[in-house]
Amino acid sequence: MNYFPDEVIEHVFDFVTSHKDRNAISLVCKSWYKIERYSRQKVFIGNCYAINPERLLRRFPCLKSLTLKGKPHFADFNLVPHEWGGFLLPWIEALARSRVGLEELRLKRMVVTDESLELLSRSFVNFKSLVLVSCEGFTTDGLASIAANCRHLRDLDLQENEIDDHRGQWLSCFPDTCTTLVTLNFACLEGETNLVALERLVARSPNLKSLKLNRAVPLDALARLMVCAPQIVDLGVGSYENDPDSESYLKLKAAIKKCTSLRSLSGFLEAAPHCLSAFHPICHNLTSLNLSYAAEIHGSHLIKLIQHCKKLQRLWILDSIGDKGLEVVASTCKELQELRVFPSDLLGGGNTAVTEEGLVAISAGCPKLHSILYFCQQMTNAALVTVAKNCPNFIRFRLCILDPTKPDHVTSQPLDEGFGAIVKACKSLRRLSLSGLLTDQVFLYIGMYANQLEMLSIAFAGDTDKGMLYVLNGCKKMKKLEIRDSPFGDTALLADVSKYKTMRSLWMSSCEVTLSGCKRLAQKAPWLNVEIINENDNNRMEENGHEGRQKVDKLYLYRTVVGTRMDAPPFVWIL
Amino acid sequence: MSYRLLRVDKEEPGLKERNYLGLSDCSSVDSSTIPNVDKSNLNFKATELRLGLPESQSSERETDFGLLSPRTLDEKLLFPLLPCKDNASATTGHKNVVSGNKRGFADTWDEFSGVKGSVRPGGINMMLSPKVKDVPKSIQDERSQAKGGGLNNAPAAKAQVVGWPPIRSYRKNTMASSTSKNTDEVDGKPGLGALFVKVSMDGAPYLRKVDLRTYTSYQQLSSALEKMFSCFTLGQYGLHGAQGRERMSEIKLKDLLHGSEFVLTYEDKDGDWMLVGDVPWEIFTETCQKLKIMKGSDSIGLAPGAVEKSKNKERV
Repeated sequence: MNYFPDEVIEHVFDFVTSHKDRNAISLVCKSWYKIERYSRQKVFIGNCYAINPERLLRRFPCLKSLTLKGKPHFADFNLVPHEWGGFLLPWIEALARSRVGLEELRLKRMVVTDESLELLSRSFVNFKSLVLVSCEGFTTDGLASIAANCRHLRDLDLQENEIDDHRGQWLSCFPDTCTTLVTLNFACLEGETNLVALERLVARSPNLKSLKLNRAVPLDALARLMVCAPQIVDLGVGSYENDPDSESYLKLKAAIKKCTSLRSLSGFLEAAPHCLSAFHPICHNLTSLNLSYAAEIHGSHLIKLIQHCKKLQRLWILDSIGDKGLEVVASTCKELQELRVFPSDLLGGGNTAVTEEGLVAISAGCPKLHSILYFCQQMTNAALVTVAKNCPNFIRFRLCILDPTKPDHVTSQPLDEGFGAIVKACKSLRRLSLSGLLTDQVFLYIGMYANQLEMLSIAFAGDTDKGMLYVLNGCKKMKKLEIRDSPFGDTALLADVSKYKTMRSLWMSSCEVTLSGCKRLAQKAPWLNVEIINENDNNRMEENGHEGRQKVDKLYLYRTVVGTRMDAPPFVWIL
Repeated sequence: MSYRLLRVDKEEPGLKERNYLGLSDCSSVDSSTIPNVDKSNLNFKATELRLGLPESQSSERETDFGLLSPRTLDEKLLFPLLPCKDNASATTGHKNVVSGNKRGFADTWDEFSGVKGSVRPGGINMMLSPKVKDVPKSIQDERSQAKGGGLNNAPAAKAQVVGWPPIRSYRKNTMASSTSKNTDEVDGKPGLGALFVKVSMDGAPYLRKVDLRTYTSYQQLSSALEKMFSCFTLGQYGLHGAQGRERMSEIKLKDLLHGSEFVLTYEDKDGDWMLVGDVPWEIFTETCQKLKIMKGSDSIGLAPGAVEKSKNKERV
């Protein structure tokens, strides 16, 4: 196999960056496995409990970039207790001990502490990039350590984390010698910001491309920042609370005109709508627009803004845009690839701002659309069939009908046929979220047609175990299956235990699986961690025979090569 | 100082004393709670986790489970938040409370006898599950009583499913704080986003989050918190001596409150720790940043409205 010396092969491997491809390469032969493992710099770990840091480092000693994901996806929706797990500290400790040259760390749904951030900041001289998504457990003190100690920090990207803001001076902890920042995103911090420190930091960061401010940055500061950083590509404007008659606003308008590299815009938490026009001069360059937190922006101001954004590829918006607004998007944004429409009225009070019509309009107008997340009040099979015909290229299709078991609002039928059309037409579909009234039939379609499906989210759907079985049997590439409030039980769970070897994880909550079913599974599959999460009822943990028939409230199972984890809290029972 | 609680009575003009803790009429099983009831076990009284009073009711429960604790146990109150109502049982409860500044939560739980439902994991987990077919009659009765009491507001009383719609709490909280500023522009919609605050408890291994907007009264909040945290006190017993899990089912909440009391406190926008229950519910939801269930001994000195940060030994 090796006609070339190892160095040449290694050089070839350098061009292979996707971790899936790298994994495939390493399976070809022993020699390639060896070359690949020493040359791999970026490692992706989708479940931090599938492996431990020691084994990771044994295999990839030249690791420079690590991505770790912790809690299951449904933790985002409060279904997993905070202390379930996903602790970063053991990883940092192990990496620090091994003296690996860590440069980048990307974390999602992990519990990060100030202690771990401090250790991180002190242990890796070349540390450059920290990206935290949906993490929690730390404060601005931890950020201060990063700022102070990471001499070559390039990226500090905090996305939607829960950070205790001690209103401290973390921004002023960046030394004057720190001039390497490329990304600074602290939009999720709630507290006041040291504006002087921020402005000085931005002024001495000529490479700064992405700056996302929190809501505490007032308009005049924003204007000054933009003057300092006209090279900015990605801007989060924070609250953008302003007065159109103020001098600050005029300065801002002037500054914006100079930001000719600006491609991505977000924030606008408190924005007064008529001040959006300040951005009109650069809208024609925008490829990404996130107005999903801009509760105040709707109606004609929003439409006008969008009409300027002809090159938009990614749009995140609130449903207050309405079907009419989506029609404008459809006719303007011909390059649109990703759309997310979030609900603006979170108590579900009956706001029917977007319906199936908006979705159909988008599908008709945007031929390049491949990812969609759509919250709406109603849907029809006919609409979904049309969408499938218009957009056979969907990779991600997530539909959330706010009333979880609502049928087709015209025919009162389940939405099986509609989703069936989607999976049949979209041959590259990798991620699917279902909602509305659904029977076992939709799962038959999914099993039959969704050959590339890797992640499936099911809620309040199906009638019998057959539903789940169709999916497990049919979707060969399934990686993550998450199910809540659906009548699937032990029969489906146990039908094909070896299937779970090919999957990353399975989540089932408020389904029909019983304790004895889970125990049987755990017995048959020692390479699985079968976790039962029982928060409130310790009686559930009884070992008695007849108690085994009790239903398990939350089940989370995942393949692992390192056995039962040691850090599980008492309410998690690993079988 | 008298902490008198009177009912909210919307018909009466003039000065009204506010029933901030919403005691009198509502049962804990208002329409925002649909317990997934195991119908084979309708002995609610036996299964309910209550913050009982040292009264006959609790004695009854003790008999049911053959507990070892003495009948004369001074049943400590988990959430001694409230001043006493003016009736006999409440006054008794009040006198049992340790310090003069402490207030009793006693009476809330009186109303709840018989309706707390099963011990199926609940807490904030209010399920709109299609599996819940009928609700036993007793619960329905209580619910209609509750509606008569007039303390349940329709929007929040609507059953909320945990984790639905599937939106990150970060988003919910961010939207909530944004929309609260410009309510005059919004067309009379009562609904705002969620408002998640962390709830921790002394000695508990983990903290929880609750969405304050799903409650309309202190009573609902306490009820939910009680359900959520009862397992901790059970757990503590386990740590202290019980072998594994065998003893769990026999341990009742009140046994663990030997000599201790828990008080519900919150951190307000200024970072000060206050006792819950001092201010009208609406103001409370706007200022509350965090909740903490403290041991009573730690909170002595937290007089209502007091600013006693230094007394809190623990950093939150």
